[in-house]
Amino acid sequence: MTIETKDFTASELLCVMSARALEDGQVVFAGVGIPLLAATLAQRLHAPGVTILFEGGTIGPHVVPGQLPPTTNEQRCTRKANMLVSITEVLLLLQRGYVDVGFMGGAQIDQYGNLNSSFIGSADDPSVRLPGTGGGNDISSLTRMIVAMPQEKRRFVESVDFITSPGYIRGGTSRRDSGLIAGGMYRVVTDLAILGFDDDTGRMRVEALHSGVTPEQVQENTGFELIIDSSAPTTEPPTEEELAALRHLDPDKVYTA
Amino acid sequence: MWARGDSRLAVMEKNVTQDYLSLREQTQARDRSLRDKVMTLEEACDFVNDGEHVSLGGSTASRTPFAMVWALIRARKKNLSFSRSIVSTEGDLIFASGIGNHILTSWFSQGIVWGVSRVMRHFTENRLARFEEWSHMSIGLRFRAGAMGVPFMPMRSMMGSDVAGQLENLEEMTCPFTGEKILLVPALNPDVALIHVQRCDPYGNAQLDGLTFMDIDMAMAANRVIITTERIISNDQIRRRPDQTRIPFFTVDAVVEAPYGCAPHECFGVYEPLFSHMDYYAELTRKEPMQGVKTYLDEYCYAPENWTEYLNLIGLEKLLDAARRGRSIYDD
Repeated sequence: MTIETKDFTASELLCVMSARALEDGQVVFAGVGIPLLAATLAQRLHAPGVTILFEGGTIGPHVVPGQLPPTTNEQRCTRKANMLVSITEVLLLLQRGYVDVGFMGGAQIDQYGNLNSSFIGSADDPSVRLPGTGGGNDISSLTRMIVAMPQEKRRFVESVDFITSPGYIRGGTSRRDSGLIAGGMYRVVTDLAILGFDDDTGRMRVEALHSGVTPEQVQENTGFELIIDSSAPTTEPPTEEELAALRHLDPDKVYTA
Repeated sequence: MWARGDSRLAVMEKNVTQDYLSLREQTQARDRSLRDKVMTLEEACDFVNDGEHVSLGGSTASRTPFAMVWALIRARKKNLSFSRSIVSTEGDLIFASGIGNHILTSWFSQGIVWGVSRVMRHFTENRLARFEEWSHMSIGLRFRAGAMGVPFMPMRSMMGSDVAGQLENLEEMTCPFTGEKILLVPALNPDVALIHVQRCDPYGNAQLDGLTFMDIDMAMAANRVIITTERIISNDQIRRRPDQTRIPFFTVDAVVEAPYGCAPHECFGVYEPLFSHMDYYAELTRKEPMQGVKTYLDEYCYAPENWTEYLNLIGLEKLLDAARRGRSIYDD
């Protein structure tokens, strides 16, 4: 998928748009990759009061520019943090209800916001064994979720091969019925659009389009029928200030290549 | 091969979720006195028997007990099963060396920036070994239940997912107090826990800096604990800062001094990961995973005379660079 403006890469766009989805004062449980970077970017732009949690056990860090951690378990994740706890304790904060937003990347997502990071193909005889859930299942089971991922047909499928991290499962009340009575998918931020979910059916819908993107383009890059409101607003393209702050954080393009 | 109800899984679960009185009996039978437990990596291998369940401290590329895993590979252990919060390259080496063909974890690959492990893929996709996937928190709560001496913990995630659907030893129940649906995960009491720390005295009082991951619960849950440590310090030093001691001596069976004992992974405040070595490993295993990992094992695991020679092979320049980065967190 190409966008008209070429002053930034697709992952930079993804990062800026994801950062904008966070609000000042929120407690954000961020996964590795774009979420880690976007949450740090938000801290440096409109949301200095964002408190980041990392699954390695970090509460309230400020990642150092140019020293992005390759996982959320390194000492680089602990810079200027308020507190370090065990993995179990930091995940229990989700269960206790202290977290506003769970923020993750995704390999494969479906119309109900279920994420797969475990198997391509069947679990019994997969064509690819992926690395697995990590904290993803716990985060998506226990809090309101924002997912950041590139919008491609092969990633946006009608039904995921394997539900690693639950969204609205089979739609309707199935998430609640399965025992997940809190949290749920809130937004999926892509390089084409901002997506949300219908309150009743749990199906994915377009909330906003990025500048220069048509509803048809979003649909073409999605493997199932999206709910599209023709009056969906257009987002503002990344500003110079946002891009400069992002490039300062990730000068080696570890996560924004 | 790994169908539900597979007898090998049943055997493992019998090992890790133990009957309370036999768990206590084993604990009571251990020599819990304040005594010197310092030994070599090779000697510590005797505390791990073939067929046992071994839990690894740290997470991903942080405070991995690499030296001890390295020693177990060299000791040609057999039929071990492993658990760890998140597994990195040590999992590749466990499968490829043949010391174990079953790893319980929430995530398995060197790290996201290096992509999906081709070695893990080879072993799991060809059903040569099993990657048993649990949610991160469920593993933590399983160790916690093991540490608490209770048979299970209740929790609210994993329900409704296929992660739960793949697992045999889970139970859902209706909470007797609120009527809510809740998930129960069984205690995990490993036969042995391998934990690397910054400082430990000869008796096993271990002090940890930085992220503790699941290590404290794991030490309390295990039936045996091997501590590898950057430095052995005196018991007098321990008693000056007892608030820093996170693992008490009576849970520990062996203490091994292993400087750079996590290399090529990191040890908080001492060294960061040896990134260029990890890049080298990723490159080596990208195209021909099995040939690559075999070469790596021959070169870095079997060939060196001892841990010091292994570090020599990695190279002083890389170690110093990692140490400089590691200590820099204290400059803020």
